[in-house]
Amino acid sequence: MPTIRHTSAVALRWMWLTAVLFLAALYLLSGLTVPPSPVATEPKNVSPASLMPSASSPDPLAGLPADLRDVVLRLNQARATRLADLDLESAGVADWTTICRRLSLSLVGTGMSMQEIRQLQSLPESERTARHLRNLLSSTRHHDYWAERYTRFLVGAEEGPFLVFRRRRFRHWLADQFASNRRYDGIVRDLITAEGLWTDRPEVNFYTVTYDSGDDGPDPIRLAARTSRVFLGLRIDCLQCHDDFLGNVSLGDADDLRFGTQQDFHQLAAFFTAARSNGLQGVRNGPVDYQYKYLDSEQEESVPAAVPFGEAWMPESGNPRRRLATWLTSPENRQAARSAVSHVWALLIGRARGESVDNLPLDEPMDAETKILVDDFIANGFDLRRLIAAIVMSDEFRVDSRAGFHVTARHDAAGAVFPLVRLRPEQIAGSVIQSSRVHTIDRDSSFLVQLQKFGGTNDFLKRYGDRGEDEFAADATTISQRLVMLNGKLVDESVDYNPVLNASAHVLMFSGDDDEIVRNAYWCVLNRPPDQEESDHFVARLDATDYRRGAIEDLFWTLLNSSEFAWNH
Amino acid sequence: MFNRFCRPELHCHRRTLLGAGLLGAGFSGASMLTPIARALAAAEASGRIDPSRPRSVILLWMEGGPSQLETFDPHPGTSYGGDVGAIKTTAKGIQISDLLPQTATQMHLASLVRSVVGNEGEHHRAIYQVKTGYRPDPTLTHPSIGAILCEHDSQAFDLPRHVCILPGNSPGRGGYLGGKFDAFKVNDPAGPVTDVQRRVDPERYDARIGDLMDVVEKNFARGRLADLETARTLHRGSTDAALQMMSSEQLTAFDVTQESASELEAFGDTPFGRGCLAATRLIETGVRCVEVNLGGWDSHVTNHTLQSSACETLDPALASLLRRLEQRDLLSTTLVVCAGEFGRTPRINPAEGRDHWPHGFSVLMAGAGIRRGFVYGATASEPKLDPAHPKRDISDPVTVGDLHATILHVLGIDPAEELITPIGRPLARSEGQPIKPLLDSKVG
Repeated sequence: MPTIRHTSAVALRWMWLTAVLFLAALYLLSGLTVPPSPVATEPKNVSPASLMPSASSPDPLAGLPADLRDVVLRLNQARATRLADLDLESAGVADWTTICRRLSLSLVGTGMSMQEIRQLQSLPESERTARHLRNLLSSTRHHDYWAERYTRFLVGAEEGPFLVFRRRRFRHWLADQFASNRRYDGIVRDLITAEGLWTDRPEVNFYTVTYDSGDDGPDPIRLAARTSRVFLGLRIDCLQCHDDFLGNVSLGDADDLRFGTQQDFHQLAAFFTAARSNGLQGVRNGPVDYQYKYLDSEQEESVPAAVPFGEAWMPESGNPRRRLATWLTSPENRQAARSAVSHVWALLIGRARGESVDNLPLDEPMDAETKILVDDFIANGFDLRRLIAAIVMSDEFRVDSRAGFHVTARHDAAGAVFPLVRLRPEQIAGSVIQSSRVHTIDRDSSFLVQLQKFGGTNDFLKRYGDRGEDEFAADATTISQRLVMLNGKLVDESVDYNPVLNASAHVLMFSGDDDEIVRNAYWCVLNRPPDQEESDHFVARLDATDYRRGAIEDLFWTLLNSSEFAWNH
Repeated sequence: MFNRFCRPELHCHRRTLLGAGLLGAGFSGASMLTPIARALAAAEASGRIDPSRPRSVILLWMEGGPSQLETFDPHPGTSYGGDVGAIKTTAKGIQISDLLPQTATQMHLASLVRSVVGNEGEHHRAIYQVKTGYRPDPTLTHPSIGAILCEHDSQAFDLPRHVCILPGNSPGRGGYLGGKFDAFKVNDPAGPVTDVQRRVDPERYDARIGDLMDVVEKNFARGRLADLETARTLHRGSTDAALQMMSSEQLTAFDVTQESASELEAFGDTPFGRGCLAATRLIETGVRCVEVNLGGWDSHVTNHTLQSSACETLDPALASLLRRLEQRDLLSTTLVVCAGEFGRTPRINPAEGRDHWPHGFSVLMAGAGIRRGFVYGATASEPKLDPAHPKRDISDPVTVGDLHATILHVLGIDPAEELITPIGRPLARSEGQPIKPLLDSKVG
């Protein structure tokens, strides 16, 4: 027995050494798995500066490039026509602070900082929105935040398989794509045709996230379902097991749609069997090799790779995954562009244009506004920043969420007022932390502040609940979530009188009088000044107390616990 | 030391105690009885528990994958049996691992399924499958058992009906039923429930709430959706519910320090033991689903040591939980499920560990219409371990879907009923069939 134990111990030690050497070899090989690929020919990136108005003109669209201005005007016209057809009056344009808060929430995931507000206030009012948009689009906060949102969309919210999935690398790669304003079709092409190791070719993680324990390759079923959902806006999962018998999935030629079949799903999945795991070389190309036994069939059969509609847009031969990528990014594949527009719209507004962000039936015609955006997106090189600019400069994004008339659910549903959308948990956490700091928290912030933000957000999300990849689910607030806001550590630490870090202390130290204290607290938390009634109430509170620090803490706590803080509006 | 002559099922029974209480009431007045005791007394008077009493579930979640061989399906003396022995239990003919001696004294209350087959071998995916009954699906999140149960229950209640103690990484989710059915997460019951204590004195707190509702909320509602609160934000409603919970007497259900020292000791001086004790208190109070999480089962190396350690924590807690529920006549309406995401390989690896094994693992079930002292399914003592045919080593294989269908059935919920998901897709609550031999014909 001792001999066996000794032998096992020695064997274990050698296994460890072998593992270390193996990992070292992997590290050294890093970078060598990059396959040769044709140089992509993409148009020059469009500078965000060229998209934004700069003139001090009351016209919010002044200074926009003529063609983009034309797109926004057509969007506004389409909206006006739609509302007129519905016999609905539109609310007016929201003030600049509200629009800028919306921009911040959708592009960087938090409300505005006091520092940003002060900088914007130094500009003429007509320039503030455009300048804020320009600042945000070029900010690393935006690239990081959208990278996280897209990561959830593309590979899910879980950590994925150990060893073969590098979520952080995937996210950083996406952030780099957004930072360089990479064409959207280029990003999609890279994901579909990815080759190499998951460590040095981050886009490969789109495949390796589907590796199951015990298997050594990508899962074509999961990849087909995910691809269909995120790049086409079609939920065809039910076709995995049976033909569509409920009339939920229409596929085929645009002029001659038919019910989806099991073959449609598995023929799409077949493309992904061409992605092979090849040891230290990571994911490599191979031939399509897919056997499947269809429902009610007696035996397995070989399934060819084919697309569920628009076959003419795909090259007839060549590398299977490249053929699929070409089809997905073809200018003629308007469904794919529609899906991209739908996702960007939802990220900016907070909800889908229709019933769902990623369930856009082929047989459901595009509405006029989506059609304008899709046409422009395709015609202008799948430029995400131009798409963002078109949406946020339109009336639909700029309209107020309150109106002088009786606002009904119909107004809300039709976008006659800006929709009230509950913030995602990480938006709430980020906004709580940002509201407690005067300066903008970004990559340049001190290590301590960044560490606090990281730790605070994680702790908060554990208690509050992370919505995962349910990006746009309209859930009710739970008791747990209210308790976290009412009595939780993050809110308590954020409102605490901390002269070194917290805005609540700075507001007391640097505001001239009680009026200004209340005003600055409102700016920090709700990104707006208080109205007269609110100001009078809280100034009276300050006036009546001997414990002014406590009164300011109470004010910050109250504002952080308001539905105005927790909702985009 | 475990007394093998002891017959715990003959110990002082709740009914006996209740009888004594009723006798005592003659002297001291019935008002001394708690509402729960009064309800039970009424049930006693009619000779049985009220059949309309809603059924509840306690899920003891063994995160990491407990080894079936070191827990409920030992094969001592075989090639793959490892260092574990098997002991007799109070259920005739059933042996379990000698690492669970106290549980063995309560096995007459429980049944074992020794042939569960999952499709997932990776922790996250397998947890998802066993907790929801479905494999992960990129297009929707399925609800856990607790969420389904709570969706059925619209009664007003101070506490959340779905609670997860020591949540780890996988508390029950509401899934497509909505976040309001997510489990309410609490830590070790040795401490107070997180976030229910005010951080400032009550007077100041009330002033904060007053400012919030009367000033800031009032302003926000102006000019917006006419039914902003009821149709959209539910802010006041959820705040009121949170405040009600903060001041509820039912919160004491979480406070295990109110139990006697002997009862605390019986469950074990561990967070999990206290969690199980709190779970029984919560069920007594009216909570519908409690999950209690115990990690530490992922034994890729030194399997026996890790499994022994985890069993040491599980054993007193599980045994005491079953004993207490039975004594208080709650086992007839409370389903206890003790499960993990998968089992461990029969083969012991070079690091003396066992790896992930979804092809035949064990689940303990007790109460709420589950037969007592019964075993369903079996694994081979000398399995051939043919990777192409893993089910050849299993008798009466049970899918995870079947397990869920059984759980839903005994909880009084039709597993075959289809719900419409938010994208309009009809989906059965479970894709399996109830395991009929497991059902107690007397209870149905």
